[in-house]
Amino acid sequence: MINITVIDRKGEDHLLETPTDMGLNLMELCKAYELPVLGTCGGMALCSTCHVYVLSDHQLKEMTEDEEIILDQAFSVRDNSRLGCQIHLSDDLDGLKVQLAPDGN
Amino acid sequence: MITNSAKKLHDSANIHYDVETDILIIGAGPVGLFTVFEAGLVKLRCHLIDTLPMPGGQLTEIYPKKPIYDIPGFPEILAGDLVTNLMKQIEPFKPGFTLGERAEKIEKQNDGRFVVTSNKGTVHLASVVAIAGGLGCFEPRKPPIANIEDFEDKGVAYIIKNPEIYAGKKLLIAGGGDSALDWTIYLSNIAKEVTMVHRRTEFRGAPDSVEKIKDLAESGKINLITNAEVVNLHGNGHLQSASIRKTDDSILTQDVDFFIPLFGLSPQLGPIADWGLNISKNAIDVDTFDYSTNVPGIYAIGDINNYPGKLKLILCGFHEATLMVQSAWKRINPERKLTLKYTTVNGVQGFE
Repeated sequence: MINITVIDRKGEDHLLETPTDMGLNLMELCKAYELPVLGTCGGMALCSTCHVYVLSDHQLKEMTEDEEIILDQAFSVRDNSRLGCQIHLSDDLDGLKVQLAPDGN
Repeated sequence: MITNSAKKLHDSANIHYDVETDILIIGAGPVGLFTVFEAGLVKLRCHLIDTLPMPGGQLTEIYPKKPIYDIPGFPEILAGDLVTNLMKQIEPFKPGFTLGERAEKIEKQNDGRFVVTSNKGTVHLASVVAIAGGLGCFEPRKPPIANIEDFEDKGVAYIIKNPEIYAGKKLLIAGGGDSALDWTIYLSNIAKEVTMVHRRTEFRGAPDSVEKIKDLAESGKINLITNAEVVNLHGNGHLQSASIRKTDDSILTQDVDFFIPLFGLSPQLGPIADWGLNISKNAIDVDTFDYSTNVPGIYAIGDINNYPGKLKLILCGFHEATLMVQSAWKRINPERKLTLKYTTVNGVQGFE
């Protein structure tokens, strides 16, 4: 099990505990905890409804072309923007801290 | 665009219908297409409406070259090939299509049938409506600019329908993908002045187009502003100027006649949300007995429906379509009894 902190759009912290042996990604985890993440496309990196800002300095896997294309069309994008569905939860992400990007993606 | 449909006049009400059918399917994705097959087996005719110009839904529009691994009997099939196969499978049942139009309005007639009108005014009459709308309609993504809606059709356009109207005008185009690049190149020959704003320095589009944009910018044919976003619009009735914020927080205001944000498409539930159906979590609630909605005669199948244990899988949508058709048949033929016939025994008897 690892712990992940997600700051919602009201600025409230949520500490989420998650297993790492179920192939979960961050979008799915947020949905499981009923945080306001739509995940419309189901995790294919086709929409940007799971757009987050990564606040901790964890080393994440490099973006795929698909993710870059979608983030390129997203709004309120910053240097630390990622798609939650492309962050696969593994042991080295224990303590990861992210913030949900504003609505409108 | 309507194909394969006879223009008919409905005598009793004296209302003109462009299309008359047994089951009107909203959404021509895989589940909508397979519905035609199951309906055809019990001699029901189908017509499909889709906002996209081609059948196949997401599979055609978004990921035609991606493999799918959980279609029973196909260890691996490309999404595009699945659509091609479905189209071939339903061919004997001669479905009609209204493509490139969005189902906008629904009305129930006194005889229990439904009249569904598209955004382009095509009128469909059907005994049963099956909503197989997937993620919803793909609509242009609107940048989060507070007053953008005030200027829609008054200088702000998300889709370029008629490029000639931009002749001699000052344009502002935002976005960094292929469509923004291609339109900037095209319109630079028509408009008086074209400014392109992009959030980053790099572009994701086809290398040729990116090269062309850089050449146009260097030769002064377009005004390219990178690391910037359009943050505000101004005008009195019609758009007159726009504020552009650079990443260093400096703001520059530019006179423009038109602002064209091109940020791709995103799925929205669309007009269906206002049809009086029970909706939760962006999906239509159904009874798993026959995938009926709270409105008798309207069903919802595939990714657009919601029920306890729902899985958004194509294979589940096929099952839902099959059971839904049985219920639709009973609604259309209340006095008769339906028996299951195997295709292996009876083959497929197409329509004339």
